[in-house]
Amino acid sequence: MKLAVQVNEGPYQHQATDSAYHFTKAALEKGHEVFRVFFYHDGVNNGTRLTTPPQDDRNIVNRWVELAEKYDLDLVLCVAAAQRRGLVDDGEAERNGKDATNIAPQFRISGLGQLIEAAIQSDRLVVFGD
Amino acid sequence: MADLHTVNKSPFDKNSLEQAIRFSTAGSAILLIEDGVYGATKGTVAEDMVKGAMGDKKVFALKSDLMARAIKEDRVIDGVEIVDYAGFVDLVEANDKVQAWL
Repeated sequence: MKLAVQVNEGPYQHQATDSAYHFTKAALEKGHEVFRVFFYHDGVNNGTRLTTPPQDDRNIVNRWVELAEKYDLDLVLCVAAAQRRGLVDDGEAERNGKDATNIAPQFRISGLGQLIEAAIQSDRLVVFGD
Repeated sequence: MADLHTVNKSPFDKNSLEQAIRFSTAGSAILLIEDGVYGATKGTVAEDMVKGAMGDKKVFALKSDLMARAIKEDRVIDGVEIVDYAGFVDLVEANDKVQAWL
């Protein structure tokens, strides 16, 4: 089965991002394909490489990165949500004249069309949020 | 046509469980996750509503979210099936669509 996952909440704020991670991991471990994980609204905060949670806490950002490396996951941040919240990649830094980037490896910034495409291409869209 | 409805709010906080039960069709599955698992507890004002839903729908609760809230299996309403994340994935596959009652 081909799945798309949507995450609407940021890390350490709401359980949604933990639920989404555990669901995605379980689906991949069962051999399903995850076409894309789309981070929307505050969910884009899952994609900053600059977080430093305490060492005895889970590292939510790195956990996504490691899952993406292992399974070649497509992790996409909504561009409008990312611009509002200061999530920046090279392209956005160039376009908007920013002096730094903060996007984590394996993540990319793209448009809402990527969510629609994921919903069309996948057998199921599973949404996690508040 | 069977759908999976996920509910992540406590029934004592929001009415999303009531809404999910009201609008889901017969044969659907309702999965309680996050604070939604409080709806699976015995002896609450929500118990009759959940038992009523089980007349023509199946109700599930996510094991790790029950454990995180110290809701032991013997406190879960009889008939509510406890599933892990792999079971969550199976429910997504077994149903035609997934509706999150956020």
